[in-house]
Amino acid sequence: MQATATRTGLRSQRKRPVQRLVRVALFLCAGLSVMVTGGIIYALAADTISFFKDVEPASFFLSADWAPQSGDFGVLELVFGTAIISLGAMLVAGPLGVATAIYLSEYANPRVRKVIKPILEVLAGVPTVVFGYFALNFVTPSLLRAVYPGCGIFNWASAAIVVGLFILPTVASLSEDAMRSVPTSLRHGAYGLGASKLRVSARVVAPAALSGIVAAIILGMSRAVGETMAVAIAAGATPQIAVNPCESIQTMTAYIVQVAGGEASTGSIQYGSIFALGSTLFLITLALNYVSIRFVKRFREAY
Amino acid sequence: MATVATSLRRHSNVREQLSERVVAVFLVGATLVGLLALVVLLVTVARSGAGQIDVPFLRNFASRIPERAGIWPPLVGTLWLMGLVTLFSFPVGVGAAIYLEEFAPKNRITSVIETNIANLAAVPSIIYGLLGLAVFYRALEMGRSLLTGALTLTLLVLPVIIISSREALRAVPRSHRLGAMALGATKLEAVYKTVLPSAVPGIMTGTILGLSRAIGETAPLLVAGAAAFVAFTPDNLLDAYSALPVQIFDWVRRPQPEFQALAAAAILVLLGVLLTMNSIAILIRNRYDRKTR
Repeated sequence: MQATATRTGLRSQRKRPVQRLVRVALFLCAGLSVMVTGGIIYALAADTISFFKDVEPASFFLSADWAPQSGDFGVLELVFGTAIISLGAMLVAGPLGVATAIYLSEYANPRVRKVIKPILEVLAGVPTVVFGYFALNFVTPSLLRAVYPGCGIFNWASAAIVVGLFILPTVASLSEDAMRSVPTSLRHGAYGLGASKLRVSARVVAPAALSGIVAAIILGMSRAVGETMAVAIAAGATPQIAVNPCESIQTMTAYIVQVAGGEASTGSIQYGSIFALGSTLFLITLALNYVSIRFVKRFREAY
Repeated sequence: MATVATSLRRHSNVREQLSERVVAVFLVGATLVGLLALVVLLVTVARSGAGQIDVPFLRNFASRIPERAGIWPPLVGTLWLMGLVTLFSFPVGVGAAIYLEEFAPKNRITSVIETNIANLAAVPSIIYGLLGLAVFYRALEMGRSLLTGALTLTLLVLPVIIISSREALRAVPRSHRLGAMALGATKLEAVYKTVLPSAVPGIMTGTILGLSRAIGETAPLLVAGAAAFVAFTPDNLLDAYSALPVQIFDWVRRPQPEFQALAAAAILVLLGVLLTMNSIAILIRNRYDRKTR
């Protein structure tokens, strides 16, 4: 008895250095993520600061004239592009996504759901450059021009539609998760009072899952804001405030790709401007994600 | 009086039933829009691109003459990226997941790391491109190399791999750990010999799905310096490279219909690569399901 105990004690002692080493190695793996965030902040901040030495922050954030060649960096034109695409995409993905979620969570039988969910996941897995191709070769020529023949080949409507399709699965699946975690007893209670399926879905489940649904929509919005390729391809490269959906605009992301893909020389103002835009984008998505997480937390607390 | 009330109720029932129907039809219709969009997208691409795919297309280099253009360098580049990103991201991602799920104490540092990973997962991919440009391309002077692209994509997929691996580890019942430790295994042995083997299929599935996301990414590669036009296939880590999504973007931007068709063909090849990866993930998942049953 005594001997065994000593031996075990010895064994675990011998193993301790290895244990500790592995633990430290694993900790470093996890800690790397903090370094990545540090790297992002460093990368963005360094060039953003030097950019703002050349360009007045006030003229950057408050002016709507983006013409880098002539030295005008008024970001509002690009912010408008990003905002109009995100709102347009939300107009597509919001109603469709929530309706899909209600259908999958409340109406569809489990077998149908098992088929539909993976297919929607495929839609989410299609590379965004492919959505750009789709906008240019189907949405604009076959859909938009059927309604309005004068539509330009580069227009923000087609970009908003394909970005909407791209974020639709995110909105649908997160909203569905929220609805499915509404306790069945609530539904049964409502049915017991004589409510119809529609009433149960619309008056009981949807309100109970509301903060989850809002979180899904905000997260989808944040995806849309950061979306790059579909927008760069479909919406063209004309920074302007264009309310007409058939006109070309440019988003912050599309401009970053345009400049980085061409050879803007390191250290030039144009080069600095993509980091200033990156910082702006980073802060916007961070804010949206924060709000979304807050909503999810509220939802989790309820049930 | 009573009859009036009954008839009223009946009336409202009919109306309610009708709206019930309408809404149900609307919900099904909305669900179908997403599915239909996918079908139309695939058909559009296939109709334009399928005829273009042949051996010369796969083996040729980029060219300004559409008939002679091919995707060999970007295809090789994408396969290189896939290998390198797997090599870099898998050990680190799984290591981080094991730490957070099995070893991490419940303290401030852990919760900072966890929040941080959740935030990183939601950072737009183009921001990772800027990170790659500033750190790998410039500060570490790797230039327009494969290594720059691979490291950029690695940082992009790490949060995805960590999050899905943690889920796989969490799905292993606590009793397995306790059982192993009751038999005298150290914590490390319990994780290494009992938890990890049963979590491997889940980890693999999540990792492959994450990687297939990364392989389709265009923006971070473009920003961090992938070239659309390379006259050779890369054969070491510091060579310039192209990748399928980058090549597709280059072709899609050209107005001539011939280049649009080439883009469609390249999209088909890219989707083929992604489909292969996803099928492997599904295969692993199915095999695992059968085993546990």
